[in-house]
Amino acid sequence: MQYRWNWSILFVEPYFGWLLAGVTWTLLVAGAAWIIALAIGCTVGVLSTLPSRTARLIATAYVDLFRNIPLLLQLFLWYFVLPELLPGSFGLWIKRDLPMPEYWFSVAGLGCFTAARVAEQVRAGIESIGAGQRMAAAAMGFTVAQAYRYILLPLAARNVLPPLTSEALNIIKNSSLALTIGVLELTGQSRQIEASTFQGIEALTAATVIYVMLTLCVIVVMRAVERRVSIPGTLGRG
Amino acid sequence: MRNLDWSAVVHALPFLWQGLQTSFVLVALAMAGGILLGTMIAVVRLSAPRPVAALAAGYVNGLRSIPLIMVIFWFYLLVPLFIGRPVGAFTSALIAFTLFEAAYYAEIMRAGINGISRGQMAAALAIGMTGMQAYRYVVLPQALRRMAPILLTQSIALFQDSSLVYVIGLHDFMTSIGIVANREARLIEFYLFAALVYFAICFSASRAVKRLQHRMLTA
Repeated sequence: MQYRWNWSILFVEPYFGWLLAGVTWTLLVAGAAWIIALAIGCTVGVLSTLPSRTARLIATAYVDLFRNIPLLLQLFLWYFVLPELLPGSFGLWIKRDLPMPEYWFSVAGLGCFTAARVAEQVRAGIESIGAGQRMAAAAMGFTVAQAYRYILLPLAARNVLPPLTSEALNIIKNSSLALTIGVLELTGQSRQIEASTFQGIEALTAATVIYVMLTLCVIVVMRAVERRVSIPGTLGRG
Repeated sequence: MRNLDWSAVVHALPFLWQGLQTSFVLVALAMAGGILLGTMIAVVRLSAPRPVAALAAGYVNGLRSIPLIMVIFWFYLLVPLFIGRPVGAFTSALIAFTLFEAAYYAEIMRAGINGISRGQMAAALAIGMTGMQAYRYVVLPQALRRMAPILLTQSIALFQDSSLVYVIGLHDFMTSIGIVANREARLIEFYLFAALVYFAICFSASRAVKRLQHRMLTA
């Protein structure tokens, strides 16, 4: 194996700055997309457990649509196809005047994609509470809205924390796909360092190590949240 | 909004079909290799001496904490360096997907093995089987059957992920779509068509898995 090692390349300008910029963009894409994913995902997840048939139909359609198309293609659809299909002036504004369209579309695409997965976790979390709580709430004279607000959601929220942790990790990893529509996030920056220095192994190692560290940070934070909200007396470790 | 013109898509169908075949071959091979390797990792993790088991656990957790795109780039860079000559995008993608998916299949198989009752293993050992034989003839067949729906669901995800070979330019379905879409300057039609194809395949496959799961529960 013929390879000229040069680890110091990672710590000289401009490459060190490129890595930092890459981490920043990865966090900006993943963070903003996570907000969208939580908002849409919780809504759709709750819809899929409501008594109303229409609500469940809408939720199933959303999840089926966004889970059965590859994320890469979804990003292309947002970035290349959607602006063309939007009505006149709005489509024109997006194409001409929207600053950093690649950032906003990757956030929207990644957010809506992850929302479908979050919705499945939320649905499973609510269903795992069992019908008994729901019936008890109804017997006490709670409306459906009250049952959700005071009984089902507070319990489900704790149930879904562990699966949501892995979705949070997924969204960080999946944010690397934003490079395909031109966001220079961590993976994109490491590729750029590779292209301009031919130090591919060093560049990819740096990005890999940073991803692992981000993963560890998310795990630590989410464990802390889980401990904080666990109900005393349940099997969840307090 | 421009008028849509689907004739370009019709003309490109033979080329796209070739791409789709490449996708299928890549997924089938990666799935077979991934399940095989994943099962071995799971067994090692559960019954090998502690340092070896820790190594297997490290492999699984390590690969699961980096993005697939990163892994694809890694192997695209490393495989030719190690072998000493260019091997082409297909080989390096196949190695990347097999090793990457093995980590995920290993977790599924580990759950499957853990779900088999202890008595099965004890009985196999009691009638004189070695540990290897007990796994091969008693535990693994049951675990595989029990986990079949989840393994298949993971494979549908693998099929969707295979579109990522786009980043190293392997001519799978997604890359083929991108090539003709840009050549014909018909991005809307081609990307919508691709979405339809992926949706049809993945949706019907996941429905089939659901039916299988239902049959297993009622059988």
